[in-house]
Amino acid sequence: MPITLDARIPSGPIEQKWDNGRFEMKLVNPANRRKHTVIIVGSGLAGAAAAATLGEQGYHVRCFSFHDTPRRAHSIAAQGGINAAKNYRNDGDSVFRLFYDTVKGGDFRSREANSYRLAQVSVNIIDQCVAQGVPFARDYGGLLETRSFGGVQVERTFYARGQTGQQLLLGAYQALERQIAAGTVTMHPRSEMLDLVIIDGKARGIITRNLQTGAIHSHVGDVVVLATGGYSNVFYLSTNAKASNCTAIWRAHRRGALFGNPCYTQIHPTCIPQAGEYQSKLTLMSESLRNDGRIWVPKQKGETRGPNDIPESERDYYLERRYPSFGNLVPRDVASRNAKEVCDEGRGVGPGGHGVYLDFRSAIERLGPDNVRDKYGNLFEIYERITGDDAYKVPMRIYPAPHYTMGGLWVDYHLMSTIPGLFVGGEANFSDQGANRLGASALMQGLSDGYFVLPATVPDYLARAELPRVDTSHPAFREGADEVRQRTHALLQVDGTRTVDSFHRELGRLMWDDCGMARSDASLRRALAKIPELRDEFHKSVRVLGTDEELNQSLEKAGRVSDFLELAELMCTDALHRTESCGGHFRIESQTPEGEAKRDDANFCYVAAWQYAEPGQRPVLHKEPLAFEHVHLAQRSYK
Amino acid sequence: MKLTLRIWRQKDTNTAGRFVPYEIDGVTPDMSFLEMLDVLNEELIERGDEPVAFEHDCREGICGSCGFLINGVPHGPRRHTTVCQLHMRFFKDGDSLTLEPWRARAFPIVRDLVVDRSAFDRIIQAGGYISAPTGSAPDANVILVGKEAADTAFDAAACIGCGACVAACPNAAAMLFTSAKVTHLNVLPQGQPERDERTLNMVAAMRREAFGSCSNHGECEAVCPKGIPLEFIAGLNRDVIRAAFHRHREPLVVVGAPQQAAHDDV
Repeated sequence: MPITLDARIPSGPIEQKWDNGRFEMKLVNPANRRKHTVIIVGSGLAGAAAAATLGEQGYHVRCFSFHDTPRRAHSIAAQGGINAAKNYRNDGDSVFRLFYDTVKGGDFRSREANSYRLAQVSVNIIDQCVAQGVPFARDYGGLLETRSFGGVQVERTFYARGQTGQQLLLGAYQALERQIAAGTVTMHPRSEMLDLVIIDGKARGIITRNLQTGAIHSHVGDVVVLATGGYSNVFYLSTNAKASNCTAIWRAHRRGALFGNPCYTQIHPTCIPQAGEYQSKLTLMSESLRNDGRIWVPKQKGETRGPNDIPESERDYYLERRYPSFGNLVPRDVASRNAKEVCDEGRGVGPGGHGVYLDFRSAIERLGPDNVRDKYGNLFEIYERITGDDAYKVPMRIYPAPHYTMGGLWVDYHLMSTIPGLFVGGEANFSDQGANRLGASALMQGLSDGYFVLPATVPDYLARAELPRVDTSHPAFREGADEVRQRTHALLQVDGTRTVDSFHRELGRLMWDDCGMARSDASLRRALAKIPELRDEFHKSVRVLGTDEELNQSLEKAGRVSDFLELAELMCTDALHRTESCGGHFRIESQTPEGEAKRDDANFCYVAAWQYAEPGQRPVLHKEPLAFEHVHLAQRSYK
Repeated sequence: MKLTLRIWRQKDTNTAGRFVPYEIDGVTPDMSFLEMLDVLNEELIERGDEPVAFEHDCREGICGSCGFLINGVPHGPRRHTTVCQLHMRFFKDGDSLTLEPWRARAFPIVRDLVVDRSAFDRIIQAGGYISAPTGSAPDANVILVGKEAADTAFDAAACIGCGACVAACPNAAAMLFTSAKVTHLNVLPQGQPERDERTLNMVAAMRREAFGSCSNHGECEAVCPKGIPLEFIAGLNRDVIRAAFHRHREPLVVVGAPQQAAHDDV
């Protein structure tokens, strides 16, 4: 099947593309909308918002979630805030500036038209959320508060204490529940999508497994939307929720949807380090801590004294030393990479030497303990809860952790994948974020896609596409369901000796070492040799107990890990082919003399969209060239 | 440390369950409670026993998935802490711990420590929202919200829907959960047009589920990992009476009175 990557970017100046595009879109008569079934997989910000909005418009929506209720989706864990170009502060913000910051922050690897639309729509998102009752922070005059975030120079981040994601998700969840009550949306909780069904070249349904009963179900629709989040859990230890996985997008990829930029992963610099082998996940500490905390490691390798016993002269405040103007506030990728370097030198602190100090002593001296408590009290409490240490007395220990994936299924401007009728929203698509995402932009993208983009582009598809009636007796559904059953049985039948988690941990360690913060030709080739071996070992010796006709959490995990074992190989393949460094993708062969990421615009100014090939065969690379007409290509510098 | 665990094992909703004793060794203070269970499950799988099913996801105390009783207390002994954020340093060598699922008629057991909390979703469906179809919103700063109202709304909206309040209540009432959502939306100016309907409909929905009535024990507040205060229940009762007066053709609903079908048809 020949594949042409047509991004379908509307005509006209960038400011008018979204308006032009919407005017060119075909509409569905209100009386005809209920005749169309829209399948939405995922109920996080993008999925719940799209389901609620398309339900309000009158479509028949079926929304699927593997959780017991849509309110559990991992969007809920986002802490910091959501950007919007409201310019309520009158501090020079504008749609164009948010667009500019997004493209530059993404290290010039995003699609300009998408990033512009994101900035444009950001304004409506805040209005929408406030109308739903999202309790954003407010000042004494009753107006919305904003703060600065992630190194930008304007205060455009709206927030609800440290629980912005929770409050935005509850807003979308409540809108969704309202539509469920109205009968426009049917919710399918505890249902995991295990395959996509394609008929006559178009996405026409999904196969799910009911996680409580094990029943395999077929669902027919006119269009399928995947809003199933990112794949940072390929690293096993990440800030993602335990159940976050790549299965929905990976199965769609196996059915023909191209995967865009799989190697673009974001490593967040301020997480609580791993304490032991049993560790199940890593906890993020808000980046705002870097506003007042100073990051250091001992100058001596193998230092054994406690942090408070190390005199000032024997401490290395390495970020302040290397980046005098940005200091501790360098962007996420730079901060993360430097922490890894000093730890690799043997100067890391804490168990295993995987940590650096984040010290508030001088802030406490300067501002007083009460002021520090006001600003960061809840974060100090989280830290103490997990580590047992009092950060007012001893420095925190932090270490970078995988946090977000900028890669995902390739989509055009309409958010449609290379399979007609398969749309992808939120973190699951390869997105508007380029090679690095700015803080407080993930919530913005999820809601932009869910409330505004998909509810415009999905109807356009429905109005244009020829969609003959099909039902679940169609051979494509029966074959899909059979394959799912076989795959599930196969996992149970191995009856080997090793647990699913032991494989996942091994894969995570391998990916972290060889395809993590710094990647090299040698490390990637090593990973590409080891991953197929591990995958074979998994299918030979994994042990999954129980049956497939009950709630079986090991079986759920086994399916997800088997997909991670395939995705990992694609990530390494992509990382190996992209010999430049950009944003979160750092190839040690491509750096400036000062050790910064060095892009190669002459050779890599494109989206790498990979076509699936059976394991053992090389996936096929397709390129979507990127043009930068409004933000000029430049090397980032934070010196 | 070495611990003795008595864990409720139940195959599915319709099969009888029982406590099964387990010994676990090598527990370290830095493990979270759920990581301790992960280790137990790895051991169980290795020796061919089916692992204990428990619900969990974010492991940061915000998604509301996790929760079970530890020695009779929802989420265990530490205040304002979900079980995923509870660390083993709060236990000591030789402790004997009994783990069982939420016990409430409205929350049928699905398996082991997993229960079905969909009744909460149905309460939200009855009115736990502000009707604001996408695209209809005015500019976000057009309606001012006083800081006090905004802060109260936030405090109430911090509920994570875990169900600990129901599990702790001797009557298995869902009043703290329902009052939190009612308070969140009823104190905001955006929530006023639907205030009375919302209150009555959500209370009616709560009664349709198998939750009991509130008798002011306050156990819910004591175990709530997010510190949702009991005063929100008083506020809910006030709003019910207020709504009944506003709609004076409706009979007065007194929360906690014997169940009647007063608003079940609303």
